[in-house]
This record gives sequence, C-alpha cells and structure tokens, in this order.
Amino acid sequence: MALSQADVLAGLKEIVEEVAGIPAASIELGKNFTDDLEVDSLSMVEVVVAAEERFGVKIPDEKVTDLVTVGDAVDFIVNAAK
Amino acid sequence: MSQRRVVVTGLGATTPLGGDVLTTWSALLAGKSGVRTLTEEWTSLLPVSFAARVAIEPSEQMERVEIRRLDRSEQFAIIASREAWKDAGSPDIDKERLGVVIASGIGGVITMLDQYDTLNNKGARLVSPHTVPMLMPNGPAANVGLELQAKAGVHTPVSACASGAEAVGYALEMIRSNRADIIVSGGVEAAVHQLPMAGFAAMKALSTRNDDPARASRPYDVDRDGFVLGEGGGVLVLEEYEHAKARGAKIYCEIAGQGLTSDGYHIAAPDPDGAGVQRAIKFALRDSNLSTKDIFHLNAHATSTPAGDVAEANALRAALGGDADHVAVSATKSMTGHLLGGAGAIESVFLVKAIQDRMAPPTINIDNLDPAVSIDVVRDKPRALPTGDIAALNDSFGFGGHNVVLVFKSL
Repeated sequence: MALSQADVLAGLKEIVEEVAGIPAASIELGKNFTDDLEVDSLSMVEVVVAAEERFGVKIPDEKVTDLVTVGDAVDFIVNAAK
Repeated sequence: MSQRRVVVTGLGATTPLGGDVLTTWSALLAGKSGVRTLTEEWTSLLPVSFAARVAIEPSEQMERVEIRRLDRSEQFAIIASREAWKDAGSPDIDKERLGVVIASGIGGVITMLDQYDTLNNKGARLVSPHTVPMLMPNGPAANVGLELQAKAGVHTPVSACASGAEAVGYALEMIRSNRADIIVSGGVEAAVHQLPMAGFAAMKALSTRNDDPARASRPYDVDRDGFVLGEGGGVLVLEEYEHAKARGAKIYCEIAGQGLTSDGYHIAAPDPDGAGVQRAIKFALRDSNLSTKDIFHLNAHATSTPAGDVAEANALRAALGGDADHVAVSATKSMTGHLLGGAGAIESVFLVKAIQDRMAPPTINIDNLDPAVSIDVVRDKPRALPTGDIAALNDSFGFGGHNVVLVFKSL
C-alpha cells in the first residue's frame, strides 16, 4: 500500500510524542533524532517497533543507524511501503 | 581523627497515607489507615483482596513520558527523592561528593511480570527495550543517581524487608568513611500484584481479613493474622554535620549509629529468642555511644504477624531491660501496611519527624493487647515525647534473618 510523505510524517510525529514526550509540533523532517529531539537509543527502538506496527513495514536493525533525521525515516518508510 | 558525624537534612515520601511527608505524617498522627479493598479483577483468584496502595498515583506527580520508562518502584524513588532534595534546600555540591543508596526488596517485579505477559502474548519484538533498566533492583537508586548526577557511588543493599533500613545505614557509613558528604538514601517497593501477593499468601504471611481491610493490620493485637502489603517509599538526605552547618542547612537530627546482625535460624521465621535482634540493638547503641537510658521512642518492625510481633517485643524488653518502661513503641504498619523494602525507610522518616515534633505516632487496631507483649505500646492516640536530649530506634527485619537497628538522636 502506497503511503504519502505527509501521512507518514503525521504518524511518526504521534509515535515520537508518545514514546519520547516530544511535542508533535516541534518534530520536522530536518530534525535529527539524537541531537535535536534527544531520542535516546532505547527510545529509538520503541519508535522503530511502533512505526513497523503502524505502517506495516519492516525496518531492519542495520538500517536503523541510517535513519538520522525524521526525513530519513519518512523516506525509508514511504519506499518500504511501495 | 574524630569520627565524622552525620545528620538528616531532607525528607521525602510517598505512602498509602499521602503523596508527601507532611500529609503522611498528619494522617499518621490522626491514626488513619491507608489500607483499602483492591478493585483489580485478579483479587478473585487470591485469598486476600486488599492492600495499602499509595494515596497519590505517580501519574499525578510525574510527567507521562517519565512514567512509561520507569517501573512503579522507580517512580516512587524519584517522587520521594525530589521532595527530599528540595527539602534539603537543593544543595549545591560537588557531584563527586554526592551519592545515592536506595533499596528495594523485590525490584521491578511488576515490569518483569507485565513484560513476560507481552512476550507470551505478542512476541519478543514487542518486549520493551526499557524492560531491564525497569526491572533491575538497583533501578530506583540508579534513576535517582542519574537525575542528581551523583558520582560518589550509587548502591542498593537488598535484605528483603530490612532493605530500606540497611540502605540508610549504608549511607551513614559512606559519609563516615569520607566517601561522600551527602547521600540520598531510602527504600521503595511496588509489589501490589497478584504474584507477590499469592506468594506471601501461600506462606500464610498475609492477613485475610477481607471484610474489614482498614482493621486488618493490627500489630500486638491478640487477633492479628498476618501483614498487609503496602507500597510506596521514603527518602532521607543524610549529610556530614560540618558540611550541613557550613551551608546553613536545616538540620532535623543526627543519625547516630546502626547495628546489623543475622539470625542463622530460618529463611522466613523469626528466631523466637530474638537473640539476633538483641545483639543488633546492643551494637547500635555502642556504635552511637548511647545507652538504653537515652532511648525514648522506637518504631518497631511489628508487621502484625502472630509470631513476629511477640518475638520482637520480647527481644526489645530483653535488650532494653528496665529502660523499656520509658520507650514509647509505635507500630506504624498498622496504618501504612508493610512496604517491604520501603518499610525501614519510611519508618526512619517517621522517627525523624517524631524527634522533631516530640510526638510518637499511635498504633491503631489494638482491641486487645496480646498479654505476651511486655513493652509500652503507644495505642490509638499519639503520645508526647520528652523535651531535652532524646534518642530513638528503628527496628527492621527481613526474610533471610536480617536484623537492622538504626539510631537517631536530637541535636
């Protein structure tokens, strides 16, 4: 099922807010998970698992380290869902 | 070099009687019970359907995201430590001279069991990555240490229901031995869950007075039938005396010494002779340079079990001799229930408040005092303690035969 970038960003915002307590409004494509949003390694695992559940995609462990920004994650999920 | 003296400069608590020290202390003096019927469905599986849950849920005292990363025992530790640290005046201290010693008897048992359910029902991938930091028994101490950036050492002594007292004693030694100037110390427990309760019930350790929960915890009463499980925690900020004076801290009292022994008798039953308890009291007085004449108040372990209460009372009478006649004994578990690893810590908080206010809290629910009890129990109403110099003892014992006695004295 194809997903739009806007849909994935909206979903990801909800997940990051739920897991890490970061207000959805401050979550943007260019934000870095670690440096800007202070999502630590354990919370990142939670974000990945929640995103897999929500979007029906698989995010392999070796890919997670490439997901530096919110935009990286959105692009990966959009492509994986194609 | 003379020994470094240690004082109490901050208190914090979250208990079945209140979400902080003052609310808890007023309820305690008023003789209120924190024991209630549980509403969870699983109580129908157990012979016991009540416990003493905290009066204020952590969700009302902490941020949502903090809650989901912390086991309930860790939440109690953070809440009580924040209050205690603030009460101590949020001291500006070299973090390498700041330590944390916070105990738990069982650790993050609710997290362990919940995540085990997740594993079985949803699979390994959905087990939380926070599981291990949440279930480890040192989690409460570690999280407080992290929040305060404590770098002198973070420790977690474990001795079942003596754990909280042992933590406070360990903190005393850390300051005496010059490893630190301030230690945030205490104990917590969050074990109101069907498995620990079923386990205690299987030992016949819990009261089954389901029709009258508030009257179930009745230390020293002839009809006592077991303890009531409680949850929550207490924290004391201990500080080296000169350090506290130099920064103009509010000083509650001194923690003068401790005595620790073990029974070598049985894994759960108390030694009926109470020899280990007597030795612990003797050592605690010696460590404090005090005698039985100086003791005017005692917060007993007294959990409301048929065997334990009398064994302890006999040991107290034997250890204190004739001076037991001027020791006002309070069994506050009659109101808070038994906080296991948190018990020795909240009861130390109560002792400090008793010395400050010169008031011994009551023991409730004694309709008929067990004739085998030959100590002076404060019943129903609080009792004024003498003015002038006084010292007080806190007894805590744990499954495994652990005996811990702490000594606090006025300054």
